[in-house]
Amino acid sequence: MNKAVITVVGRDAVGIIARVCAYLAEHRVNVLDISQTILDGFFNMMMIVDVSQANGEFSELVDGLGSLGDEIGVRIRCQREEIFTKMHRV
Amino acid sequence: MLNIMEVDETNKMIEQEKLDVRTITMGISLLDCTAGDVDEVCERIYRKIATKAHDLVSTGQAIERDYGIPIVNKRITVTPISLVGAGACQSPEDFVRIAHALDRAAKEVGVDLIGGYSALVSKSMTPAERMLIESLPQALSETDIVCSSVNVGSTKTGIDMDAVELLGRMVKDIAYSTRDNDGFGCVKFVAFCNATDDNPFMAGGFHGVTEGDVVVNVGVSGPGVVSRALDATRGSDFETLCETIKRTAFKITRVGQLVAQEASRRLGVPFGIIDLSLAPTAAVGDSVGEVLEKIGLAQVGGPGTTAALAMLNDQVKKGGIMASSYVGGLSGAFIPVSEDKAMIDAASTGNLTIEKLEAMTCVCSVGLDMIAIPGDTTAATISGIIADEAAIGMVNQKTTAVRVIPVYGKGVGEVANFGGLMGYAPIIPVNQTSCEEFVSRGGRIPAPIHSFKN
Repeated sequence: MNKAVITVVGRDAVGIIARVCAYLAEHRVNVLDISQTILDGFFNMMMIVDVSQANGEFSELVDGLGSLGDEIGVRIRCQREEIFTKMHRV
Repeated sequence: MLNIMEVDETNKMIEQEKLDVRTITMGISLLDCTAGDVDEVCERIYRKIATKAHDLVSTGQAIERDYGIPIVNKRITVTPISLVGAGACQSPEDFVRIAHALDRAAKEVGVDLIGGYSALVSKSMTPAERMLIESLPQALSETDIVCSSVNVGSTKTGIDMDAVELLGRMVKDIAYSTRDNDGFGCVKFVAFCNATDDNPFMAGGFHGVTEGDVVVNVGVSGPGVVSRALDATRGSDFETLCETIKRTAFKITRVGQLVAQEASRRLGVPFGIIDLSLAPTAAVGDSVGEVLEKIGLAQVGGPGTTAALAMLNDQVKKGGIMASSYVGGLSGAFIPVSEDKAMIDAASTGNLTIEKLEAMTCVCSVGLDMIAIPGDTTAATISGIIADEAAIGMVNQKTTAVRVIPVYGKGVGEVANFGGLMGYAPIIPVNQTSCEEFVSRGGRIPAPIHSFKN
């Protein structure tokens, strides 16, 4: 399995999760876990996804989600999982 | 499984607290590029660097994108050029031609800086090493991204005072030859005692002769992250403070370790070391001085500064050491005045003097770094500063260094601008009492005794 973490931060609005999930389905990215909260007054969502079946390069996914974020008016980041697991797990 | 708070913490470190990987540095041995003819040496050097480092920058960029962590610099270090050019160079001008070859090759592969235009003369200079040192004013003013270092002493050999005396004059000449840019050439030169073979930071990085053919070293950063973490420790005792610094250093270093392993795997080059340094920039919130102030100083430079820095340096190492399989380089906290907002402010108000900085170098990871001094400072005085700093390193078995910039046409209170990561610095006063007779005696200071530690 090839995991990545997608984070969405911004002002809450209708349909953010739907738009992101539609994009992921289209690119054959499987969602493993979703958590969502309001942090410092902002909509804050984290998804753990499996990108091993994804069509296209990982960098295309990073750029594609970034552009989608610009469209919706939120910040979407997609990062390989290891940067978080290495930092927070011994 | 990961939770949202952990993910948020990491991304805040990157976005708000300026966590970055300061440099991926590829060390390349040029020992197989020696020849009897300078042109041939230049050609071999160019070809080897262009081949080995061909994918360095693109790989660095791909890692940045995949993990969402900025990698600020991609750099190269090479074998000290005094060794590579010794068989071919008959004059300082011959060495300058090699400097140009390094500059061209580094630009070809797109790196930010290349280090290793260096000489290791801790006991004495060979004719080639003397020529390389004499070539520095021309080499550093004619090239853009070549960095140079000279190791003038070590705990095992003592201090080569002939080299120290020569370097005082050369630093003045480098400053003069780049006087239109506030002596920028001196930013690219550092004099060392106990230089390390695997330092990924500039200007002092070179690829030691004990290293393999090609290696990847990584330098991490993160004073901003430590500073933010300390906000939660105001008023708490040293145990809590130290624990917080250690935990933060651990997290920062783990990111460096991940990037180093990835770079090593993708480039097919062995991983060398992680340098655990807190490397500041002149940006607000990315300052080692600010960390010291949060530890409890009204301003860096006052009493307590040396103790606070000693503690910080030690905790950074203790936290980082477990996060990486190989730690090396300089590893600790840097105190480059022009690259650190709080230090710039303290130097401007006169609170941070060169004498206090010298005391701080006894406990920090390097030395007198990025300090702008009056342009009329004599060569002998600069040699004296280098000798003092080298003595601290020699006796205390640590790396020390001097990177001072005499700024022609400017005096105390004026500001030197170096641009970008190199920052800006107020020119601070230097004690001008003559040491001419001392530094021009000739010969070397013997190695210190290794017992009777008092």
